[in-house]
Amino acid sequence: MRNLSDDEVRSLERTANEIRESVIESLVEAGSGHTAGPLGMADIFTLLYFEVLKHNPKDPFWKERDRLVLSNGHICPVLYATMAHAGYFPKEELMTLRKFGSRLQGHPHRELLPGLETSSGPLGSGLSQAVGMALAERMDNPYSSKYFYCLTGDGELNAGQIWEAALLAGKEKLHNLIVIVDRNGIQIDGYTKDIMPLEPLAEKFEAFNFDVQEVDGHNIRAMHDAIGKAQSVYSQPSLIIAHTIPAKGVDVFERDFRWHGNPPGKGPEDRVPKDEQAETALKKLRSLNGMISVSE
Amino acid sequence: MTAEHLNPNLFSDSIERVPNRNGFGEGLKEAGERDKNVVALCADLTESTRVQAFKEAFPERYIEIGVAEQNLASVASGMAAMGKIPFFASYAMFSPGRSWEQIRTTIAYNNMNAKIVGAHAGVSVGPDGATHQAIEDMAIMRVVPNMVVLAPCDVHEAKRATLAAAKYEGPVYIRLGREKTPVVTTAATPFAIGKASIYMKRDEAHERKVGIIATGTILHNALVAGKELNEGGIGASVMNLATVKPLDTEAVLAFAKEHDVIVTVEEHQVAGGMGSVVAEYLGEVHPTKVVRVGVKDLFGQSGDPDTLIQYYGIDTPAIVTAAKKALG
Repeated sequence: MRNLSDDEVRSLERTANEIRESVIESLVEAGSGHTAGPLGMADIFTLLYFEVLKHNPKDPFWKERDRLVLSNGHICPVLYATMAHAGYFPKEELMTLRKFGSRLQGHPHRELLPGLETSSGPLGSGLSQAVGMALAERMDNPYSSKYFYCLTGDGELNAGQIWEAALLAGKEKLHNLIVIVDRNGIQIDGYTKDIMPLEPLAEKFEAFNFDVQEVDGHNIRAMHDAIGKAQSVYSQPSLIIAHTIPAKGVDVFERDFRWHGNPPGKGPEDRVPKDEQAETALKKLRSLNGMISVSE
Repeated sequence: MTAEHLNPNLFSDSIERVPNRNGFGEGLKEAGERDKNVVALCADLTESTRVQAFKEAFPERYIEIGVAEQNLASVASGMAAMGKIPFFASYAMFSPGRSWEQIRTTIAYNNMNAKIVGAHAGVSVGPDGATHQAIEDMAIMRVVPNMVVLAPCDVHEAKRATLAAAKYEGPVYIRLGREKTPVVTTAATPFAIGKASIYMKRDEAHERKVGIIATGTILHNALVAGKELNEGGIGASVMNLATVKPLDTEAVLAFAKEHDVIVTVEEHQVAGGMGSVVAEYLGEVHPTKVVRVGVKDLFGQSGDPDTLIQYYGIDTPAIVTAAKKALG
């Protein structure tokens, strides 16, 4: 992979922020959906779709594309927003999220929207599908340069099927498989450390024969470097534990598990009243959490 | 009168008996020869599900998943997404039994071209007992959109069903038994997905008319019962409903119109199975008395297969009794 210039990193950061705004706007319009995960993963999605993935938004079925399997389907607002910004479909369509007749189902449906590699929502099965794709590719072309990216949540790692798939990936030494775990530390019922402790997580996957890296998931350059390293691992599948802040970009929503499954307008009220949540979120994003002034 | 192309020894005590899973094994290997995209996956049951022959012929196209049926289904989905035609096999109790949601979401909802092969279905699994006797599998598969449900009656039909499934674009569930069961058809018997076949036509000399619809290896019991009924003064026809979904509505409706009552026979719970399919359909379009022979809301248990088939009321005398009772 090539190196990113400082300008390019800044440009990706700006795009990520625009994607966060689209996420908030679509969630507010939908009136339901998940906020914390999509905001937390915006930097990684931007990096993937605007820099890393071999793909063509104008030809979503291009055979030589890399595959991205979103296993934790509930964070699809960020997938949809990123795809729209990347040119898969008009941004206006984001306002149809979760509505009747929309291609943007509450959880992704592959049959409706070209560019989605699978339907997901029930947690734990995406890694298996990515493993199946990587295995199929290797059968046809052992020297393939395609990569198979699987994005999972951390709460999702409670599911036994994840570990079934990890066993197989390790056994098959799927070097073209790159898993990115959104390690945001929350799930619906609380903090992951309380619901079902995962640590030592890196050691667990290492024991399953993965090459494991731990990275700040909001540091675009560090994530880019980690993906580059993962691509160069030759005899093992790779896994990147991306430490992210749930609801990143809106400080008054950040790190609170109660923002896992609520849209702005329906979230916890201790920091912002419900009727101000949408406006506050957009203001925070436009001002980079108050760091720059934005004209009204 | 039995249809042409059936085994001429159909009613002989020395009728050849072969497990229908053997037909799947042969069909899978042949499908692999015909199409290089056919791949196989198995969850540590390669020999008993008869994936072995394919594995030996095409080791590079075989994936051993280990005892992990949820992974089995979703890995197959991923392979199908890349253009493969995966057949994945286990015991029906575990696949689709354990992996129903994975099959629904990652295969059926995605409309993936993956084939689910559930062996060791029915109480005739025998000594292994209820934990290994899938008698709910057709019910859970037939309610899933996009899913085709096949229950071949013997070794030849299992082979043809496997080859047809390989050619069919979309998810298919194939239900197989464990035991050696009578060979009802021959290599020349026609088969098509979605097509019911009448294997025995009633003796028209008799006034009372029962139409028996059977699916899977228990079909032979239905044919023997039909013969006995025809010889005993009741006109009995027997239909092989190898495709439980999609239902051959035209054939079933015509069959119902031609008979006074319908008796369905399956080695499965009567709730939600093939009998339900037939009763639901006829209830809407041509209300007909439908008596369902099958397992009546019970679990299986250990025993030899014949004893169990008798105990659960799916043997030939039970079918004859059901037919007589249905006619009143």
